[in-house]
Amino acid sequence: MNRTFSIGGVHPHDSKISRECAIEPLPIPETVWISVAQHIGAPAKPIVAVGDTVKVGQPIAEPGGFVSAYIHSSVSGTVKSIAPRKDLAGNAQLCIEIQVEGDEWLESIDRSDILKTDFTDDNKAIVEKIRQGGVVGLGGATFPTHVKLTPPPGKVCERLIINGCECEPYLTSDYRTLLEKGREVVVGTAILKQVLGVDTATIAVEENKPEAIAYLNKLLPEMRKISTKYAGISVMSLRKRYPQGGEKQLIDAVMHRQVKSGGLPIDVGAVVQNVATALAVYDAVQKNKPIIDNSVTVTGECFPRQANLLVRVGTPLQYIIDYLGGFPAEAVKVISGGPMMGKAISNLDAATVKGTSALLFLTEKQTRRAPESNCIRCGRCAEACPMGLEPFLLNPLARAGMTDELEKNAVQDCIECGCCLYSCPANIPLLDSIRQAKAQVMGILRARAAAAKAAAGK
Amino acid sequence: MSQTIIWTIAILTVLGLLLAIILWFIAERFKVVEDPRIDEVEKVMPGANCGGCGFAGCRAFADSAVKAPNLDNHYCPVGGNEVMQKVAAILGHEVKEKAPMVAVVRCNGTCEARPTVNDYDGLASCKVKAALYAGDTGCSFGCLGCGDCVNACTFGALSMDPVTGLPVVDETKCTACGACAKACPKGIIELRPKGPRGMRMYVSCVNKDKGPAVKKACANACIGCSLCEKTCTHGAIVFENNVAYIDPSKCKLCRECEAFCPTGAIHAVNFPKPLDAAAVKARVQERKKKAAEAAAAAKAAQEAPAKPIEKEA
Repeated sequence: MNRTFSIGGVHPHDSKISRECAIEPLPIPETVWISVAQHIGAPAKPIVAVGDTVKVGQPIAEPGGFVSAYIHSSVSGTVKSIAPRKDLAGNAQLCIEIQVEGDEWLESIDRSDILKTDFTDDNKAIVEKIRQGGVVGLGGATFPTHVKLTPPPGKVCERLIINGCECEPYLTSDYRTLLEKGREVVVGTAILKQVLGVDTATIAVEENKPEAIAYLNKLLPEMRKISTKYAGISVMSLRKRYPQGGEKQLIDAVMHRQVKSGGLPIDVGAVVQNVATALAVYDAVQKNKPIIDNSVTVTGECFPRQANLLVRVGTPLQYIIDYLGGFPAEAVKVISGGPMMGKAISNLDAATVKGTSALLFLTEKQTRRAPESNCIRCGRCAEACPMGLEPFLLNPLARAGMTDELEKNAVQDCIECGCCLYSCPANIPLLDSIRQAKAQVMGILRARAAAAKAAAGK
Repeated sequence: MSQTIIWTIAILTVLGLLLAIILWFIAERFKVVEDPRIDEVEKVMPGANCGGCGFAGCRAFADSAVKAPNLDNHYCPVGGNEVMQKVAAILGHEVKEKAPMVAVVRCNGTCEARPTVNDYDGLASCKVKAALYAGDTGCSFGCLGCGDCVNACTFGALSMDPVTGLPVVDETKCTACGACAKACPKGIIELRPKGPRGMRMYVSCVNKDKGPAVKKACANACIGCSLCEKTCTHGAIVFENNVAYIDPSKCKLCRECEAFCPTGAIHAVNFPKPLDAAAVKARVQERKKKAAEAAAAAKAAQEAPAKPIEKEA
């Protein structure tokens, strides 16, 4: 029996209908809008001016702080404007608009398909290359990777986990990446392994992707023959269960270690990186290619043509939809990401960002929420919660705004996976209220920490 | 027999006295000295415990008011000047009269004027909705319509208008405690002075987007044309981030800005007569014409004496 995490979780229907679609590059649109806030942390600061000509891969915005990232031009052309534009959720974000002219890349970028297995840079240089490449965690949180690779002093990393679970239904971009760019992912893994100074790295893949597991198992011995740098990398097949791709759940599944409330994965000696991030690291370090594109699954039963597309960052969503045959008539909801954790898109004029992993089209029947009824205290939500919380308790506390009680009941540990909402037979929008309460409590905790820091400084 | 009774009485008396002395000592030792005025102040408070004053409740307010050297930082918005006079009388302080305030909803985006561009079927809470996305209309600043303000009001002064989808303030019930303003995640509700006989003017929009974008999202929004600012002769209109704001301390209620507002974003309430926009516009135009003539005359007068000087030279 394959391993999995110890508590909670649900088994939503797989629905990976785009799994056989190979990743195809999307033609470059006429105009792209590249947001300067594509990552967690401070927004980047534009370093180009209106009227400048830029090439593919040229940095156009620099980090606005330590936890921030470089942004690069994904196309070649002229900067037309730097102005706020509405993002996927309709909120205005500063965007750099570039009118596309041709497809001219920076000379320093290696565009060939030749696999470069040898890396000789020292760790500092590698981290700097990753930082310069604007690499962020592509598993969903878009946390700047170079920050994650600089563990706080005193913490020792024992194992690197490459997250290939893709436990969300419908999503197939990581799966396709493993199949088509497996070698590059392994090289990226070896680079990350060296930077973190660990001997073991585990590529964790759920058992519903046997082709990917078989391919990696065939690949790894070949890679080991090339260099000793590839020793210690293994594949682990995990039982299918959502939310296995959650950082803390994955560590539990792979290492049988639990990250304490408020702790970081490094506290238990683990660092988790996504498959797509490993590929981005390979590109940045071996090919000098920053993140300018990412693979996006476009899917949904009602969508005419399933696809896994290689999309330039900043491509308007409408352009992608038009390319694949237009907006399906039955679709009523478009989700950025998977159906469990993805966010509904309210603005189709918005452009993609680095973290856009999927566009999912759902029909009225699939998406409409049933009317809410009373909690019958069945406890299914508490059973499903992978963080061991009690959503049936948190929900009324959240609605009453009882922040002290919420904090005592660890609302800040919620990973917003949606298992509670998924399993509730009374259709109570548990996650809606809990997510909001979590944000509120996190704000209080941050304010408290800042106050404590200020007091200590005095 | 009688001896037993005597002994019993004697022992009980001694015991009672002893315990009384112990209790007296304890009472003296652990005495909590509380200013009796706290109770008096609390008695005159409205007792709503709404927290509108910034304290945890009426008792906390009374406690703080008694300890404070003056009443500058203490004001009960619910009780208003009347209650504050009583509090001042008890504490022997002076208290400044404050203009009575009222909650004002600064969004005019009715269902008709501001069409929805998507459906929201999550939890009916503005807070939750605001945390998720910009809202179900094209305007990312306006009312979300889930009624968090209505739920926050302990005085029953707010209700949602089913036709417009916007909250309505009942002036007679509103105590300006500010709970609704705090509850609104978009910061639409503002506490403004009630004004003479309840007459007041305000810009009923907080959209900071630029004109064309605003116009697309909502027909009743402030589009930032700044016509009102140019019209106002009292300097009461402040223009910032593409949205006008009427400073209530400077506004003279002349309604000229209202007449010129192309979208009807400027609201005037409790005026006895409806606005005769044409007359006001004519009046302003006349004034401008006269001012222009006066300016031309002044210019001519300035230039006129200059010529003779030239001749003399």
